[in-house]
This record gives sequence, structure tokens and C-alpha cells, in this order.
Amino acid sequence: MTSAQVIQLLQSAVCFGTVIMFGAIGEILTEKSGNLNLGVPGIMYLGGIAGLAASFFYEFNNPAPNKVVCLLLSFIAAFLASALGGLLYSFLTITLRANQNVTGLTLTIFGGGVANFFGGSLNTMAGGVGQISVAATSSIYRANINNVTDLGVVGKLFLSYGFMVYLAIVVAIVMAWFLNRTRTGLNLRAVGENPATADAAGINVTRYKYLATCIGAGISGMGGLYYTMDYIKGTWANDGTIESLGWLAVALVIFATWRSVNAIWGSYLFGLLFWVYLIIPGLGRKDIELFKMLPYLVTIMVLIAISLRKKRENQPPASLGLPYFREER
Amino acid sequence: MSTVNHTQEPLLRIAKRDGISRPSAYAIRIVAVVLSLVVSGIFIFAVTKLNPVEVYKAIFDGAFGTSRRSWVTIRDTMMLLCIGVGLAPAFKMKFWNIGAEGQVLIGGVITAGFMRAFGGSVSTPVLLVIMAVASLLAGCVWGVIPAAFKAKWGTNETLFTLMMNYVAIQITSYCVALWENPIGSNTVGVINQQTKAGWFPAVFGQAYGLNVILVLALTVGMFIYLKYSKQGYEISVVGDSQNTARYAGISVKKVTVRTMAISGAICGLAGFIAVAGASHTISTSTAGGRGFTAIIVAWLAQFNTFVMILISLLLVFLQKGAIQIASQFNLNDYASNIITGIILFFILGSEFFINYRVILRGKKEGEVK
Amino acid sequence: METVAAVQLRNITKRFGKVVANNSVSLDINRGEILSLLGENGSGKTTLMNMLAGIYFPDEGEILVNGQPVTIASPKDAFNYGIGMIHQHFKLVDVFTAAENIVLGLEEEGKLNLKAAAAKIDGICEKYGFQIDPNKKIYDMSVSEKQTVEIVKVLYRGADILILDEPTAVLTPQETDRLFDVMRNMKADGKAMIIITHKLHEVMDVSDRVAVLRKGKYIGDVATKDTSPQALTDMMVGHAVTLNINRPEPKDPTPRLEVSGLTVYDAMGVKRLDNVTFTAMGGEILGIAGIAGSGQKELLESVAGLQPISSGTSIRYRPIGHPEDKDGIELVGKTPLQIKQSGVSLAFVPEDRLGMGLVGTMGMTGNMLLRSYRKGHGLFTDRKAPKKLAEEVLTELDVVTPSVNFPVRRLSGGNVQKVLVGREIAQEPSVLMTAYAVRGLDINTSYTIYNLLTEQKLKGVAVVYVGEDLDVLLELCDRILVLCGGQVSGIVDARTTTKEEVGLLMTRFKKEGEPA
Repeated sequence: MTSAQVIQLLQSAVCFGTVIMFGAIGEILTEKSGNLNLGVPGIMYLGGIAGLAASFFYEFNNPAPNKVVCLLLSFIAAFLASALGGLLYSFLTITLRANQNVTGLTLTIFGGGVANFFGGSLNTMAGGVGQISVAATSSIYRANINNVTDLGVVGKLFLSYGFMVYLAIVVAIVMAWFLNRTRTGLNLRAVGENPATADAAGINVTRYKYLATCIGAGISGMGGLYYTMDYIKGTWANDGTIESLGWLAVALVIFATWRSVNAIWGSYLFGLLFWVYLIIPGLGRKDIELFKMLPYLVTIMVLIAISLRKKRENQPPASLGLPYFREER
Repeated sequence: MSTVNHTQEPLLRIAKRDGISRPSAYAIRIVAVVLSLVVSGIFIFAVTKLNPVEVYKAIFDGAFGTSRRSWVTIRDTMMLLCIGVGLAPAFKMKFWNIGAEGQVLIGGVITAGFMRAFGGSVSTPVLLVIMAVASLLAGCVWGVIPAAFKAKWGTNETLFTLMMNYVAIQITSYCVALWENPIGSNTVGVINQQTKAGWFPAVFGQAYGLNVILVLALTVGMFIYLKYSKQGYEISVVGDSQNTARYAGISVKKVTVRTMAISGAICGLAGFIAVAGASHTISTSTAGGRGFTAIIVAWLAQFNTFVMILISLLLVFLQKGAIQIASQFNLNDYASNIITGIILFFILGSEFFINYRVILRGKKEGEVK
Repeated sequence: METVAAVQLRNITKRFGKVVANNSVSLDINRGEILSLLGENGSGKTTLMNMLAGIYFPDEGEILVNGQPVTIASPKDAFNYGIGMIHQHFKLVDVFTAAENIVLGLEEEGKLNLKAAAAKIDGICEKYGFQIDPNKKIYDMSVSEKQTVEIVKVLYRGADILILDEPTAVLTPQETDRLFDVMRNMKADGKAMIIITHKLHEVMDVSDRVAVLRKGKYIGDVATKDTSPQALTDMMVGHAVTLNINRPEPKDPTPRLEVSGLTVYDAMGVKRLDNVTFTAMGGEILGIAGIAGSGQKELLESVAGLQPISSGTSIRYRPIGHPEDKDGIELVGKTPLQIKQSGVSLAFVPEDRLGMGLVGTMGMTGNMLLRSYRKGHGLFTDRKAPKKLAEEVLTELDVVTPSVNFPVRRLSGGNVQKVLVGREIAQEPSVLMTAYAVRGLDINTSYTIYNLLTEQKLKGVAVVYVGEDLDVLLELCDRILVLCGGQVSGIVDARTTTKEEVGLLMTRFKKEGEPA
């Protein structure tokens, strides 16, 4: 095991972690409102493809793309598309009172379909599988200051990433601050814990649920955007990776016990567990597959542990997955 | 003495329906399906500029155009149906088994393992029985683990079964790498291609005849089990009210574990049918998301296994058709997932209009009860 | 001298469907005064106050606050007029601290400052003599602490008209005393206070004035110092009403169920039943009276094997024809299934009909199966017998349903109860327990139920009837056991006792240490 391998492992863990961190933070916001949205993979798909498609058409039609436009266009498109996914989920589960699990799973099927359909079509337009490239946009997402500063190992470990890696950490911290330190955050948590009480306290439960779910979906979608723009460098492959990452994001929410700050180190730990085979010598390809199981196994352990310890702060929001209707007499 | 004015009544009010006749409920669902097909048609038209009617003709052609296509449609319907039938008892008990995907895969992996190992040494009928039993047991274990934790400590079953899927997927990936054939292909290849040992024999000259017989037998069996057996009765009571179950002396824990054993076992058997009866290979896409789609099938059918036949057929029909138009018009297969999603969204939304009435302001609500 | 009343209710009427919950009630509430709102269960006290708190909206009548007519359409409106209500079921978020719960939903200026809120809470506590830690989580709190949080929450929002809905139902005598001290402090501060209760000694202890409701109607008000518990009981229960329920003499009463030393703690560790001892006789109806939540539910569920029971308790069952000198079958420690398997024929009509006694999504046939589905050795249930039984119940009890397969949860309350009682009686029980068997039923259905119970009594069944209407208990039962705070406060002969005697036993709390 060389130090270069260790650095590579840590870098891979951070990049991998960033994808699922976005997914998990968005889902934490959603679940804090009492909505269990199993559509996270679909939403991440929507974010990824919307960002990619927006910058693809811009770059396709402009030989000399403006980098700021590239960035804004892809970013806004990804956020809006994902938030729309959240809106669809909200409308079905909150207004039409459809079952949350079933609606979420359908959203995952739908989002995956939309993304892979258009991703495949874009590939075809670009001239074949793997040919799609949004080089200009991707280069902004991947720009880092490590090359400029040249701080050796420190630079490689801390400065060699695109801006979204740092954005994820900022969002996680802001989210923790929002949920724990603001009036709105307090009200939102009350909605997820005990909507009847929140309602009695004059909080508009429906509005909170809608907003949390849509904004949460928008944040989750950023995971898909980071994946397409940075992680796979502005390309598209219909290989279902986003879906498996999306489920890991759902797992990470449990692992982080619904705290976004825990999701920061949790996501890097998941990345580490996923890539740890890189530094273990003598592994066959088959053994690698077993190692990739680790994040899920760890999540199961956490799930069992929180049900065993019954510590109240670590439990899911009390009304998670349950619909709320004001009693009518 | 003046009377206090009423506050402004909201524009729309929602009231729970006291019950709706079966024909009207089905009428609402049919309207939903028709609307979803219109929306899908608009989508297809927007993307392809093709006449939607032509497209639906192509869909039909894709699903039933040739005898072979028809049989593939039937085979895939049976697959989806089998998983839905497996999920029915769990969902009837209000146990969220999101883990069908994993239960199917683990059953499929074990089937493939036995098929490779004993393909030459044991006769096919015996091997089929061994594989069936092994897959039942594997799926059973996969279902019982989360159920036992739920029964004992109340561990959240939705999230637990979801995670179990990915454990199964990684085990499958491991086995695919282990059994790789030919080396470097990253697939297991068709197992026992020459000898066809452990393959389903043709029944009535049809390669997938046995699939149909097995799955339909399970469908009928599950219908009878849920509706007429003592255990099925216990499942209904637990699903309706755990307090009533205790009042009647039913052990909620025992019923939970037993029902998930059955649910997991049938999903495991679905993996056996998928490997021995259809693909004759194993990969992480052997379940192919059907474990998730089947949840929706089971939910929409409200646990009636015969209704599941219809819903499964509808979904598979559209998928096959979408794949056909995709190849015919140079699109890609994923169009089928979009259409599936649209249809499911509409059906899910329509349930609201079956269970609730929307009352406009000013309209007097008819006295119910 | 006398300024205008804080709140004036004028001819308030509220209906729920056909039931009139409040019938043209007029009532004044003054500042610097504690008003007791007294009445039996179902007399409309809580409904009336809920209209002040913005939970319900009156159908007719007028509410004036400080002399001005107002519209109170939501809890928020109520707060704006300074009205705060502390409900029986606390509306608190368990994982939040006291301070977080108190500021929840407030639209104050500036950012969330829990420290400032805590300081303000401490100030309120000091002023009125509460004790509460603003940073303590609700789930770590006792019931009385939670109640304190609710009261402080209301005061924090600036309420000066406070309504407490049966605040002492969940408190120990010591906690009750402390609450009353605080209430007196708030009264001295000029706040208007209303306490809903049906415990007479508390009324006498804390209030300045008593207003009495009976069956939705306002009976009148008196100054506490000018009245007595006896006079209040008369106002509350009214004159005994003759119901003409057929009550034959008990038929060869023999001990059937011998309960001794029954003590039950709930999941929170609160004592629900305290050393309850009695014998239910075959061939008689034993009534159980008591204010709501005095341990009736726990008593019946203990016998049915549904409650964890503390040690030292014995519930012995003597089958019909069992020799007197022999011990009966011990029920303590058995599950419902074991009780059944040991040959005890126990019928139980629980309070929560659809949530415990029946399967709402099933039809009558499916519900008949609940008691009999285990019969036979095969894998399958026998559907013929239950279907026949369902049809018998349908015709004999006149159940109105489209078919025996129509989901029972969609039947009206009376029909639901007929299905449940019909099934339980069909078991040919030797013990029949019913909880609030006629609650929510119309007169005719109620009489059908009374007659069914009396029929069972004449068959030699030991019938236990938990009821809330004293008139019915007095005319239907042979003996009445009165529960008060989980203890037996008396067992009286229903033929000779009076409504007043039972009423006083229901409200006679024994302080700890007094002999039982």
C-alpha cells in the first residue's frame, strides 16, 4: 500500500461521498417534514440529466460557450427539474393523499426512465454512446485550485476537488443551522414529529410539507448534477449507477440519524467503505463486490442499533411516512 | 340578538366517501388509465412527432405482434405477477416489504449455483425440485431477517428491507464474478447451454408453459390462502388492527414472522422461475426492478391476486410495446419506464377520487350514514 | 364596581348531526375569578369551551370578549383575544424541550432565541409559582410537568382567560394541590379562569363560582361559598329519571369471577388500579360506575388477559356447576388464547368497538369468525357456521346492513354494536363483560342491549356492565361497584341505593394513607 494509493482512496471517498451527501441532505429536509420520499434515486436522475441536457444544448449551439452561462444554466436546470419531481411527489402524497412509499418508488422508476431516455437520445445526437460531452461546463465543475497553489499532499487531499464538494459541506452545515437554530426549522421539525400539534400551534402543515419536499428534492438533485458533471466528467451512461447511489443516499439518512452534519462524515465513510478495496492488495474482482456491500451492512447495523437503544433523538421523525389530515367531525 | 356570522367556507372541501360502488370505482380507474395513455401519447408525439395512434399500434405489435413476442410478454407478466403474489400477504398485513428485489435475486443466485454445480450429475426433474426448494428457503431467510427484527424490536421494516436489496445485489455481483463465463465477459453466460440441465422443460410445446402453470397456481393458491385459510384470516386481522388481533388471542409477532417467511419464499421462487424458466443465467438485472414495480402492482390490486394479473399484464404490455417503438423509431428502451411512471402516477392519483369527495363551496353535503 | 365580564356567552347552540351538544347556553366569565364548569360525562362542558378556544364554531349564538362581539374561528383567533385552553390530551412535541414547545408556531420578531425564551419562561414560573426546566425534553417529563408546560405555553402567548379541561384527572393529590395554588396566584393577578371538572371536592376547594351543565343545557350558577356538594350533585345529576328497564331478581347467584388485590400499572408506570377486590356472581348484573378513566378499561382488560398485571393479584374463575369449596381456574398470567383454551367462556364487549372488538374492513361474517376461526383441524376456516350466525344476528338484532359481507366500519354506531354484542353472546359465555355498551346508541338500540344483558343474566351468566349513565346503572344492575381513582370506593345494592350516593362515591377521593 503506497501513500499515493491512500491519497487516491481518500480522494475517491470524498468524490463518492459528495454525490450521496447531496442526496441525503435533501432527503433529511424532506423527511423532517414527515414525508418519506423513496423517489431520491429518481430525483437524482432528474437533476443529473436536466443539468447535462441544459449545458449540452447550450454548448451544442454555441461554439464558444460562456462559462458563467454554462454554470448557471446547468445548475438552475438541475435544481428546477429535481424540485419538480418533488412537487409531483408532494401533489400526489399531500394533496391527493396517495401512499408515500408507492409514490416514491414510482418516481424512481419515472425519473430513471426520463433520465436514461434523454441521456440515450443525447448520446445518439452527439454521435454514439459515450460521445456526449459538455467539456466547457464540466471543466467549470471540475476546476480546482490545487494546481495553482501546489501544497503537495495537503493540496491533494483538501483542495483537489470541484466547487460542489465544498458546496455540499456548506449546505449540510446550513441545513443543520436551519433545522436547529431557526424558527422555521423548529416549526418544520414539529410538522414531522407531530403534525396535529403543529397545526394547533397555527403552523400551516401543508405548506411546510410542500416546501420542504420540493426544496429537499432540489438539493437531492444536486447529487445527480455533481455525478454527471464532475464524477463522470460531463458524460452520460445508462448503467444505473445513479440509482444505486440514490438508495445509498437513503441509507445515509438513516446512518446520519437524520442529522445533516453527521451526513458529512457519514458520506465520506460510505465512500471509504465503497472504495476500500483499492488499498487492499490481492483482491479479485469478485471480492471487490463483497466490499461494496459494506455501506449497506453498516446501515442495517445502525438501523437495528437505533431500534434497540430507543434513544429518542435518534429515532426517525415520529410521523414519517404517515399522512396527515385534520380530523373532521 | 344577532347571530355570529359563519367564517368563509373554503372554496373546495374534502370529505371522505362512505363507500363507493365497485363499478364507479373501476370507472374512475379506467378514466385514469385512459388519461395517462393520452398524456403518454402527447409525450411520444412531442419527442418523435409520430402520430400517437400509429404509436399505439406499434405498441400492440411489439407486445403481441408475433407468437414469440406474445410469449415473451406472457413470460414477463408471469414474472411480475409472481413477485406481486409474493408481496400480497406482507402488504395485506401492512408490512412494507420493499425487499422483493433482493429476495428474488437471492433465490435466483442460489438457483444458478445449483444449476451450475449439479447440472451434469442430477437429472433435470430432481434438480428442478432441489433448486425450487433452495430458492424458497433463500428468499424465506431474506424475508424473515427484517421481520424478526420488526417483531422483536420494532425495527423499521421499510428501510431494513430496502437495504437488504443491495446486500443481495452485491452477493449477486460477487457470484457473477465468481462464475464468470467466458472469462472477461463480466457475465455468467447461459448456464448448461448444451445440456439444458436444470432448465424448465417445454410444456405443451411451449418453452414458458411451466412458468405460466407455476405462477397461475401460486396466484390461485395465494388467493385461496388469503381468503379462506386460518392463517390468511389472521393476516387480515393483524393488518386491520393489532389491538383486535390481541383481543382475539392472535400473536402479532408470530404472524409477522410467519407471513414474511411466506412472502420472502415466494419472491425467492420467482428468482428460481426467472433463472431456470427464462434467462438461464444470473445477473444483477435478473430482478430488473420488478421487485419495486411489483410493490406497486400489489398495492394497486389491493392484495387481490386476480386483479394483479390484469395490472401486471397492462404494465408489461406497455413495456414491451415501448421497447418495440424504441427500436422501430430509433429511440431507447427507457421510454417504457417513462410511460410506466405516467400510468402509475395517474392510477395513484385516481385513488383519491375513489376515497374522497371534493365539495364545492356552497354545495350542501348530502347527509351520509 | 363590577366591570364588564371578560367573556360573555349568549345563547350558544352546537349540534353534531342530530345530537345537540349545547342547547342555548348563556354564561359569564369574570376576571379575578375561578369558575368551575361542572357536569357529568357528555353534558357538553368540553364542547362549550372548545368553541371559546376556536376548535369548534357555534351553530347559533354570540360570544363577547370584553363586551365586544367576536368571531373565534381558529385557535389563533382565540389567542388574539387572550383565550388559552389546556386540553386533556396535551399537544406537545415529545422530542422538543419545554422552551421549544412553548415558542412553537409563534411569529415573533427576530431570530429564534431560546435563551431569551427560557428567561421569559423562568419569569412566568417565578411570578405564579410554577416549577419547570425550560431545557428539559418533554419525554423526560411527568404528566404534571407536561401540564405545566401547556399552561406556561398559554401564558407565554399572553392569555388572560384560561380554560383547564379536567386538569386534575391525571394528577396525584399533591400535584393537584400545587396546581390549585398556582391557579389562585393567577386569579390574584386578575386572570379569568375556568376549570372543567366533575370532582366535587375540588370544586369546593378551588373555585369561587360554579356553573352546572346537564345534557347540554345550562342549569344555573351559584357562588361556591353558598353551596354544598350535596346541592351540587342534585344540580348535576338532576332528579332520577324512571327508565322502566325490566329487572328480574338475580337467578341463583353463585360466585363466578373472584378478583382479589388487582393492581395494574400502565406503560408510563402510573398506577391505574389499586388493590381492587370483588366477586362477580353468575345470574346477576354487576354495574361498574366511576368517572371516566378511573380504571374501568384496565379492570376489564385485566380479566380478558390483555393487561400486564402486578404480582399478588388473583383472578379466579369458577365454571358453572363448579363445587363451591374447590379453587377455580386462575386467569392471571394467561394470554387471551390460554384463557380460552383453559375452558373459560369469556365474552368481552370492549369500549373501542372497531379498534379492538371488530375488524372494520370485514363484513359481519368475517367478524363472527374472530371468535371461532380456530375451530376444526384443517388449514381452512369454516365459513358456513359464521355466515349462519351472522344471518341470525342480523335478523334477531335487526342489524341494518346491505349484506353480511358489507364492511362493518361503514355501518352506523348502533349496528356496529349489535354485531359485536351479538357475536359475544353467541359464544354462550359464562362471563359477559361490556364497556360503555350503549354509548352513542339511540334509545331503541339501548333497550335492545339492556334486554340482551338481562336475558344473559337469567341464563346464569355473570354480567359486568361498565356504564356512565347513573340512571341506567340504577335500573339495570343488581349491584354497583364504584371505582374512584383506581380504587373501589364502594359496592352498593342497586335496588336500594340512590343516585346521590353513587355520585358521591364516584368523586370521593381517598388521600393516600387513608384506610381503603
